[in-house]
Amino acid sequence: MAFSNEQLERYSRHIILKEIGVKGQKRLSEGRVLIIGAGGLGAPAALYLAAAGIGVIGIADADAVDLSNLQRQVIHSTPDIGRLKVESAREKMEAINPEITVKAEPVFADSDNILDLISGYDFVIDGTDSFPAKFLINDACVIAKKPFSHAGIIRFRGQLMTCVPQEGPCYRCVFPAPPPPDAVPTCRQAGVIGAMGGVIGSLQAMEAVKFLTGAGQLLTGSMLTYDALSMEFRKIRIKARDGCEVCGKNPSITKPAGGAAPVCEGIAL
Amino acid sequence: MNIVVSGTLKEYPEGLSVSRLIEAENIETPMYVSVSVNDEFVKSGELDSTVLRGGDVVEFLYFMGGGRR
Repeated sequence: MAFSNEQLERYSRHIILKEIGVKGQKRLSEGRVLIIGAGGLGAPAALYLAAAGIGVIGIADADAVDLSNLQRQVIHSTPDIGRLKVESAREKMEAINPEITVKAEPVFADSDNILDLISGYDFVIDGTDSFPAKFLINDACVIAKKPFSHAGIIRFRGQLMTCVPQEGPCYRCVFPAPPPPDAVPTCRQAGVIGAMGGVIGSLQAMEAVKFLTGAGQLLTGSMLTYDALSMEFRKIRIKARDGCEVCGKNPSITKPAGGAAPVCEGIAL
Repeated sequence: MNIVVSGTLKEYPEGLSVSRLIEAENIETPMYVSVSVNDEFVKSGELDSTVLRGGDVVEFLYFMGGGRR
């Protein structure tokens, strides 16, 4: 596929980069990325990936836009309140870039649909808010050997890691099981600065672009943490655990589990 | 002894266990923090028995949700 003059102009700032070029831009336009969660993290990720010309972007979320979302979920606007988030997101993404295909999936990821949801995509972005969802995505992606970006944000802090199954650690290598409900504060309880989703969600989009183009090194084997108050980024090395419940040598988790998954009583490695 | 805690060089008395360090560092959710010493995760049952030595590099990793809602 050759790019038209209009496409060459649209993507000129990518194409001029030696790490991307026409070849890299072609990989982006042939790429398929799924974003799970159209919220604080998914919003900036969806906008940048649409603008980058990712060929197919799936976006999954069953929620509707709420007034309290608008402080950080920049893909949604005030007139969108009450609309499905995926429909609101699709409209903005297609307005930025009519060349891409946006697949709106008005569902919450669960143990029944997750493997179908992620199949057919090259890379998955976890933009969910709950720990059961984060563990579900981790387990499904490890089982399906699907590279993905994990991230979390709270207050003035955020963190992310990229997992390429069989090539590095997964989220469960760091945290063997979800915490019990309400054991650790959520954004709803503790708050989150709006721009944090912008920082971390954009970094997730960056990882997707790097994965598709092969540019640079992915954030595998490390957790990148960001503290906005001290304005410090830190890259914490993480090793895969031999005994990891899902990516270890003898995994006890061989299919994605639903919400009834056991939670940890303290971190039991 | 000097140990590196979350990237900062700190002085602590000899014989400090990981669980004592968690207390001393005022970790917000001590039950749910993941601790690595020299890049190896410490099992939850071994936080008391794991004694730190001078030069050790300790990292705390926290659960962070956030995003969708």
